[in-house]
Amino acid sequence: MTNNAMNQEPKERIGVHVCHCGSNIAGMVDVEEVARWAGEQLKDRGVVIARDYKFMCSSLGQELIEKDIQEEGLTRVVVAACSPHLHENTFRTACSRAGLNPYLCELVSIREQVSWVHTDRAAATEKSKAVVSGGVERVLYSEPLEPLHVPIHPATLVVGGGIAGIQAALEIADAGFPVILVEREPSIGGHMSQFDKTFPTLDCAACILTPKMVSVGGHPNIQMFTWSEVEKVDGYVGNFTVTIRKKARFVNEELCTGCAICQEKCPKKVIDEVYEAGLGYRKAIYTPFPQAVPKYPVIDKPNCTYFQKGTCKACQKFCPTGAIDFEQQDEWITVQVGNIVLATGYDLFDPRKVTQYGYGRLANVFTSLEFERLTNAAGPTNGNIVLRDGVTVPKTVGIIHCVGSRDRNFNNYCSVICCMQSLKFAHLVHERTGATVYNFYIDMRTAYKEYDEFYQRVLEEGTLFVRGKVAEVTDAARLPGEEGKLIVQVEDTLAGKQRRIPVDMVVLSAAMVPRKDAKEVAHKFGISCNANGWFIEKHPKLDPVATMTEGIFIAGCVQGPKDIPSSVAQGAAAAARVLGRIQQGEIALEPVRASVDQDKCSGCRICNNLCPFNAIIFHEDRMVTEINAALCQGCGTCVAACPAGAISGTVFSNEQIFAQIEGLMRVNFFTEPQSAVA
Amino acid sequence: MTTQSPSTNGKPKFAMYWAASCGGCEIAVLNIGEKILDVDANFEVAFWPVAMDAKYKDVEAMPDGSILLTLFNGGIRNSENEEIAKLLRRKSQILVAFGSCASEGCIPGLANLSSSNQILDTVYSTVSTDNPQGIRPQHKYAMPEGEIQIPKFYPVLRTLDQVVPVDYYMPGCPPESHQIAAVIDLVIKVLHGEAQLPPKGAVIGAGGSTVCDDCPRKRNVKLIKKFVRIQDLEHIDPELCLLEQGIPCNGPATRSGCGALCPQASAQCIGCYGPADGVVDYGARLVAAFASVIDSNDPEEIEHILDGIPDPTGQFYRFNLAGSLLRAARPAWEG
Ligand SMILES: Cc1cc2nc3c(=O)[nH]c(=O)nc-3n(C[C@H](O)[C@H](O)[C@H](O)COP(=O)(O)OP(=O)(O)OC[C@H]3O[C@@H](n4cnc5c(N)ncnc54)[C@H](O)[C@@H]3O)c2cc1C
Ligand code: SF4
Ligand code: SF4
Ligand code: SF4
Ligand code: SF4
Ligand code: SF4
Repeated sequence: MTNNAMNQEPKERIGVHVCHCGSNIAGMVDVEEVARWAGEQLKDRGVVIARDYKFMCSSLGQELIEKDIQEEGLTRVVVAACSPHLHENTFRTACSRAGLNPYLCELVSIREQVSWVHTDRAAATEKSKAVVSGGVERVLYSEPLEPLHVPIHPATLVVGGGIAGIQAALEIADAGFPVILVEREPSIGGHMSQFDKTFPTLDCAACILTPKMVSVGGHPNIQMFTWSEVEKVDGYVGNFTVTIRKKARFVNEELCTGCAICQEKCPKKVIDEVYEAGLGYRKAIYTPFPQAVPKYPVIDKPNCTYFQKGTCKACQKFCPTGAIDFEQQDEWITVQVGNIVLATGYDLFDPRKVTQYGYGRLANVFTSLEFERLTNAAGPTNGNIVLRDGVTVPKTVGIIHCVGSRDRNFNNYCSVICCMQSLKFAHLVHERTGATVYNFYIDMRTAYKEYDEFYQRVLEEGTLFVRGKVAEVTDAARLPGEEGKLIVQVEDTLAGKQRRIPVDMVVLSAAMVPRKDAKEVAHKFGISCNANGWFIEKHPKLDPVATMTEGIFIAGCVQGPKDIPSSVAQGAAAAARVLGRIQQGEIALEPVRASVDQDKCSGCRICNNLCPFNAIIFHEDRMVTEINAALCQGCGTCVAACPAGAISGTVFSNEQIFAQIEGLMRVNFFTEPQSAVA
Repeated sequence: MTTQSPSTNGKPKFAMYWAASCGGCEIAVLNIGEKILDVDANFEVAFWPVAMDAKYKDVEAMPDGSILLTLFNGGIRNSENEEIAKLLRRKSQILVAFGSCASEGCIPGLANLSSSNQILDTVYSTVSTDNPQGIRPQHKYAMPEGEIQIPKFYPVLRTLDQVVPVDYYMPGCPPESHQIAAVIDLVIKVLHGEAQLPPKGAVIGAGGSTVCDDCPRKRNVKLIKKFVRIQDLEHIDPELCLLEQGIPCNGPATRSGCGALCPQASAQCIGCYGPADGVVDYGARLVAAFASVIDSNDPEEIEHILDGIPDPTGQFYRFNLAGSLLRAARPAWEG
């Protein structure tokens, strides 16, 4: 019961085209020899022409392939060159120009997998022959395929109303296409709405953000669902069906005028853990901040006296328009969209995890977001930088960088913004209190426009910089002058000594981390996260806002830590990609797909939960599984998992893979151990 | 099919042989009840060592191709097995790898995990063996009367098709009697020109899907948090898929044909009907399938869940080791 690929008579006319890639390949592989060998030794496998050329991907190289197809009547082409990631498309397109179905062209890598990783020319040449032979065997089993054309619905879903999502929504809506914006919180705005000033220009965050929020709120092409979440996503690029859960606000949006009398009259004060970062209060009926968009408040049911105890209804009594509706229920709304932009942002790292810094234990240790609220004129202290007691102005402040970032115990990555945000804090402390400021940093990272200039400015203002990772923040005084202070214990690596620096206030510049529910959100939308939980872009350099799932784009901090300008740029970039799609009207999908042989599928349901793109459907009535061809991205996960061998993937069929292995063996001088039959 | 069968009574000849096997396949054939009379009515039994006396030299004397149908059970473990496999191949028009041992190695194939010496140690030199002189079988031995030989023990057990070309495969350990009866019916119909033989290389006497397809148990999306041995469970849900209850059932990768006997009796399928159509390496398939549905992302927890399968080779390759892509473990290959 073995694969007998090699015993098959060749019916195809195969061309082998070996590339020098300048000296990239030819420097380590005798490419002429590889071509000569293929022409002679693989003749019995159907190779009718084999040649080498300096740059196969150049237009002359491509023309060579086209000419061979036409003149030699080639029915299959094997190109031995670089990685398929780079030029598969180039050579497939060349074949298609010459009238050969592009999927009958196989690109095998003798650069990344051979010349770049070997140092022995003779062995590298032999391995190249093996790789070519594998490609030849494999291509015999390739089938002509046609791309799938699907129409694009003109509406777009944007998930997350932070600055990145706002930008994306506005760009698309301004271009004249409908946008549905879903935000989990009662208002759009995201983290930026919590800040007072933004580095490096120190613009007032609200001044630049609120006009955009207002534009979103009033835009004729934007339908906004706040206090809402996406519950389910079905379908595929061009044709997503999205179910949105609109949580009950208990406020009738038709009637509410946003007068805020209810908020004033509500007797129930609640610590605001989201917007005020736990530093301030809000009411049980609230808008997170006065400029909230939309203006309608929500009732926080678990904290509302009426909902918990059955009496109160103060808000209802005082509401001049009778907008309060305690009977309101959650609503489920289904919308059709063609594309989706995910801009769900980030969470702040919980610095309690770095126990030695004392957050949560030592009152005057603050997180960066708490500090943002302290500096905010509309915040709990009206912008006064004071200690936890609410009145004392600190005389010395220590700001610790990289809390939870660039730390093997927590996150290896750099959170990008913390250095600049710490410098912003140093400046604000100086400006508002005249206190002495220490910044404890490992490396100062102030790349990008006008960032280093800002650093110079803060240096000149007299902030003291200590280079070293803080070992501990403690209130245990040991030396004179430490009494009643927080002592920052640090190795000053520039001075080469241990220091104990007493301060009144410590600010922890905590890492940006993926949203708590990032993995579930990614799964819901059929995209992938990296090990940390940041959403993965299609290509880190060349395709930063697309994902491996067609029709799903990402923007802002959901993709990784970044500042506001980059978040905005990504929002705009995602919008541009979406607009391009809408303009095309339809999209051609790669026909690299898996499919289920319904006769072989036993309905064991092993594969049912595996597809990262939610392409697998189970038909309960017939007990068989099916794959939605438009959703399937050909990742192969289910193909590998199906124990019945009922799923096969085009381009990666069992026959192709086993044939390729046999082809490789042909040169590897593999022999079965003799002892087997001794 | 044209069948010239030089036979004393004009009936086509039938043979059955056992190589490295347990004898269960022979019993299964005898177990087909009155169908055995049809065999007798339609065939002349030319060679069947279990059922009647016969000599190898009688078979050698027959013209090539003179036996119409040979059911060959057992794997190829020694030189005698190989010699008779080659002999019967020459003499037979239709050679069937009958049962799991001949098709894929089965239990005798599990010895492919060990070297010949390890096997002989286990048989001749463990505490349970009374062998004070440490006698070991020798391929050749010089007696005063001259040198005598016993068959040579090969380092690796091979399936029948790893030794000679095989026409059909009939899986099962042993094949179910109703399936044997159906195959015999078919051959008789072919003899009378009422049916066609399936294409060469086909699997006969079995279904085209998997055991799950015949299993009446209810299934959900599979998410596995633990693997348990069936005897360690207090209660087994009689309706729910065993795999979902943590019992490592091989049904999903195993060819249908038995009628899902084991899971219906609340025992997991251990895979005796071999790989389903299109499955090249049975064990690898199952490993991939089980691993895909483990419901955890925590490496330690996964490790712990996998500890629930203490003998992975026994679980995944009980019947298919010799027929797998690797065929044998390194110590066996090294002899
Ligand atoms: C302390 C601090 C200070 C900073 N200061 C500056 C600065 O001065 N200058 C600067 O350039 N950058 C600064 N940054 C960085 C800045 O905050 C980010 O670059 C920017 O806010 C990222 O915007 P975003 O839209 O990607 O994410 P977010 O602002 O996090 O917005 C995401 C939005 O999505 C919503 N959401 C999340 N999950 C879901 C869901 N499942 N469904 C629906 N909605 C959801 C959230 O409620 C939120 O509204 C600072 C960061 C920190 C931590
Ligand atoms: S009913 Fe609830 S929301 Fe309204 S005023 Fe009373 S506590 Fe506040
Ligand atoms: S190959 Fe399977 S798992 Fe992968 S995308 Fe297609 S259906 Fe999903
Ligand atoms: S794993 Fe294979 S046999 Fe099982 S349900 Fe999926 S497609 Fe069907
Ligand atoms: S019990 Fe076994 S055979 Fe039955 S459905 Fe479950 S896995 Fe398949
Ligand atoms: S259920 Fe599995 S082990 Fe049991 S008889 Fe059928 S194939 Fe063999």
